[in-house]
Amino acid sequence: MPHPAERRLIFRHIDEPGYTPDLACYLRHGGYEVLKKSVARKPAELVDEVKKSGLRGRGGAGFPCGVKWTLVDRKSGKPVYLIVNADESEPGTFKDRYIIHQDPHQLIEGIMITCWANQVKQAYIYIRGEFPRGARILEQAIAEARAQRFVGPDVLGTGYGCEIFVHRGAGAYICGEETGLIESLEGKRPYPRIKPPYFPAVLGLYQCPTIVNNVETLCNVRHIAEIGGEAFARMGTPNNTGTRLLCVSGHVQRPGYYELECGKVTMGQLLHDICGGPRPGRTFKAVIPGGSSAKILRFGERFKVRQRDGSTVEWGVEDIPMDFDSLAACGSMGGSGGVIVMDDSVDMVAALANINAFYAHESCGQCTPCREGSLWMKKISARMVHGEARAQDGDLLKSVADQIAGRTICPFGEACAWPTQSFVLKFGDEFKGYAEARKNRPADAVALV
Amino acid sequence: MIAPPKPELITVNIDGREIAVPKGTNMIEAARQLGIEIPHFCYHPKLTVAGNCRMCLVEMGMPAVDPATKQPTMDPATGKQKINWVPKPTIACFTNAAPGLHIRTTTPLVRDCREGVMEFLLINHPLDCPICDQAGECKLQEQATGYGRGYSRFIERKNVKPKRTALGPRVMLDDERCILCSRCVRFCKEIAGDDVLGFVDRGSYSTLTCYPGRKLENNYSLNTVDICPVGALTSTDFRFKMRVWFLKTTASICPESSVGVNTEVWSREGVIYRITPRRNDEVNDTWMADSGRVLYKQVAAPDRLVRATVGGAASPQDEAVARAGELLKRGGVAVVGSGRSSVEEQFLTRKLAETLKAPAWLVSRVSEGDGLLIAADRNPNVRGALVTGLITTLPGPQLAELAAQIDAGKLTTVLSVGEDLAAAGLTAAQLARVNVVYLGTHANATSAAAKVAIPTLTVFEKSGTFINQQFRLQKFAPAVPGPRGVADDLATLTRLLAAAGGPALAADIDALWAVMAGEIRHLAAVTYANVPPTGLLLDPTDFARLPFAEGAALHYKPGPVEPAAAP
Repeated sequence: MPHPAERRLIFRHIDEPGYTPDLACYLRHGGYEVLKKSVARKPAELVDEVKKSGLRGRGGAGFPCGVKWTLVDRKSGKPVYLIVNADESEPGTFKDRYIIHQDPHQLIEGIMITCWANQVKQAYIYIRGEFPRGARILEQAIAEARAQRFVGPDVLGTGYGCEIFVHRGAGAYICGEETGLIESLEGKRPYPRIKPPYFPAVLGLYQCPTIVNNVETLCNVRHIAEIGGEAFARMGTPNNTGTRLLCVSGHVQRPGYYELECGKVTMGQLLHDICGGPRPGRTFKAVIPGGSSAKILRFGERFKVRQRDGSTVEWGVEDIPMDFDSLAACGSMGGSGGVIVMDDSVDMVAALANINAFYAHESCGQCTPCREGSLWMKKISARMVHGEARAQDGDLLKSVADQIAGRTICPFGEACAWPTQSFVLKFGDEFKGYAEARKNRPADAVALV
Repeated sequence: MIAPPKPELITVNIDGREIAVPKGTNMIEAARQLGIEIPHFCYHPKLTVAGNCRMCLVEMGMPAVDPATKQPTMDPATGKQKINWVPKPTIACFTNAAPGLHIRTTTPLVRDCREGVMEFLLINHPLDCPICDQAGECKLQEQATGYGRGYSRFIERKNVKPKRTALGPRVMLDDERCILCSRCVRFCKEIAGDDVLGFVDRGSYSTLTCYPGRKLENNYSLNTVDICPVGALTSTDFRFKMRVWFLKTTASICPESSVGVNTEVWSREGVIYRITPRRNDEVNDTWMADSGRVLYKQVAAPDRLVRATVGGAASPQDEAVARAGELLKRGGVAVVGSGRSSVEEQFLTRKLAETLKAPAWLVSRVSEGDGLLIAADRNPNVRGALVTGLITTLPGPQLAELAAQIDAGKLTTVLSVGEDLAAAGLTAAQLARVNVVYLGTHANATSAAAKVAIPTLTVFEKSGTFINQQFRLQKFAPAVPGPRGVADDLATLTRLLAAAGGPALAADIDALWAVMAGEIRHLAAVTYANVPPTGLLLDPTDFARLPFAEGAALHYKPGPVEPAAAP
């Protein structure tokens, strides 16, 4: 059952008894009615609705979706492609998979409305290799929708044609980066492209203008088309409209997914009221608010934040509203909605070693700082955990991270540097005294490496 | 020289100094023109930009403009337009000139970026410079010295990768040294058209490899060794033979075909160790074929002709020349010149033919071109023979006319300047019917059959010029001395000319050029000394009607050529 504080829009039917991913079930729940109404409207009107809605991308960067659509180069005369980024790989994030597994037609309807709005004739769903069942479900759903002319050469008898193809990745985190994804879709190694000039909106898939949107974003488009941009914008808070799928994992009583209006709930309400607070006898130590690459927040930190009206407020971690702007103002990010909670049993060096191992494994190896730096950070933190810590290792880790962030081809540089930078900055004492402190750790400390 | 169209110039500012560069120039090249070095590994001027090494990070800024009024924002402190500096560093290799673009290459941020990249590149590098062939010409060494911190903070274990992978017959790969710059991958794909290299695995474990079942064996594979900034790719021919700092380089021209690839010959104490391409943006860019790189082996080949012979018996060279002169003066002579001889030698060969009133032929070497740097005409200097007037039409196959004249008994002596007549199609019986005077570098059926054989020098042992398929006059210099006792070819030919009753000409190349410039209209005002290192384009219009065999090459299009501007 959804928590009373939730506002279920996209996850309305997730885990609902009797709700199945087939077309008949979707049609019984009013499926594809929005698409029918949308194809009767002018594409530009739909783009306007999305702009008015203030919808921001749910993949991590939070870029305004309507703006992204209008940046597409239409003068080139080349076809415009839509790519659905279903490469959900950020540790701590597990929202898109529910949509794909349980409500695939909602996504397909969102894709088709987006395609109509942008006059796209070909859409690709790039789904991560570790979702084989999800790929099969999507294939099945597309076939069903095609049979009913929701997808295909003649959508709902309008003469407008659009095909959707499912493409499975081969198991690489970097394919979630949009230009890496495009390279992979073209059949190459997913080496991210240099921006500028290779902005997908201008030189994307096959060097054609391309829109890359996250699964959740496209489902939002369906709801915006249904209720209108202004009504959507009334949900959430200004500049952080609509709902957000938050994936809470780690040391809370009730981990899981929650759909909440953006910014209407604070971190404290989320973790204490909705997720049931810490495990018995424990206290919260830290939280990563937006997937493993987001900078960690330490409970007890204070943030002075300038608000939109010019006034300044002071927040603790518990007071931060769960939206893009507030988390950014506190030095972290909303990212992909993966909230990772750590209580006082967690050894922060071991936790960082875990994260560093992930990024060293996933660095594509194209450019020097990330390729060499991510593995070096992994080697240092693993060595620390394995009993060879030195007092200067924390500073060394931070220095290595500083040599990566901002100097790479793609945002992976930041993604692998931010955890180290923030862990060392906020838990520097643990890193400094690590060799000593290891002897005094609680016996039940969580072994993360 | 044919003047290229004037490019549109854009003014950029690098470290406070302004320079106007053509549109499309990147900041590494623009800085180079100002004498400012922006260090880099993956960038190569003749390949697409990869932007992966991150060594060329610089600070970039653009003049500030008020968004409301669109007017320049002025800085009251300097009275100049304010510059908005981008907080993140940018790669210079992929930043092209834009009006007002500002670059800073000496700031603390840029220095820190370079130190960071150098540290990263070195942590998993084996640092086996003492046994590495690249040492001395290694970008990693040079830039570690120039831009690194000078010490290491790395105490972890280095990655282990394959040390000896034969990518092909001529190229060996040491994966641990590889810095994954992808120059070789891009070269194979973009220039050689043989997309066989790529990376496997991820992150720091990425490994350069050949596609399964394929080999790096195209005829341009050794260019990957040239452009490898480190010692990852080495030439199996040069590997472990010589430290590069002992070698001296000599500018030369590859005699493989009429493309006239510009080369550098690397030698020490009279021994050549390798040949590499020399950059010429109008001819071969920075590339050359593998097949041209082994030609130095003819210098020390066991069948090298090192001694003059008369009637098969060794003879001092002076006596051989005198004996040859006697034979030639008897008349009934035909001359076979060579498209492999230099312009100077062809001029002297023409003088010989004129003196003896003898007909002259050239041996044709038309084969297939590869569309890149090997032309269909494997003679490097057929156009030299045309310009000097040794021949007036293109050589036909197999010296058929010469053979017919021998068979008809019209000839008593055949003078071959550098050509193996047997290989060119004359039978042993035909060679036996005439007195053969042979000048050549190597022993062969013709030298064996010759009444007089006089040894000559290879292109690596003498000065001279070739005229390539573009009618570009290009000069080469001696890299190593010739075999002991073998005279310079110009000396041999001028002596032979005198012995045959011809005019006395100086054997000195500069003096000879004074004669040639006076006699040959196309070479008027040219001196040997003033031929630039990248060659001098001659006026080809007089020869435009000839059916040259060459197809298109890297910088050559067959067909009518634009007339050259007056020098």
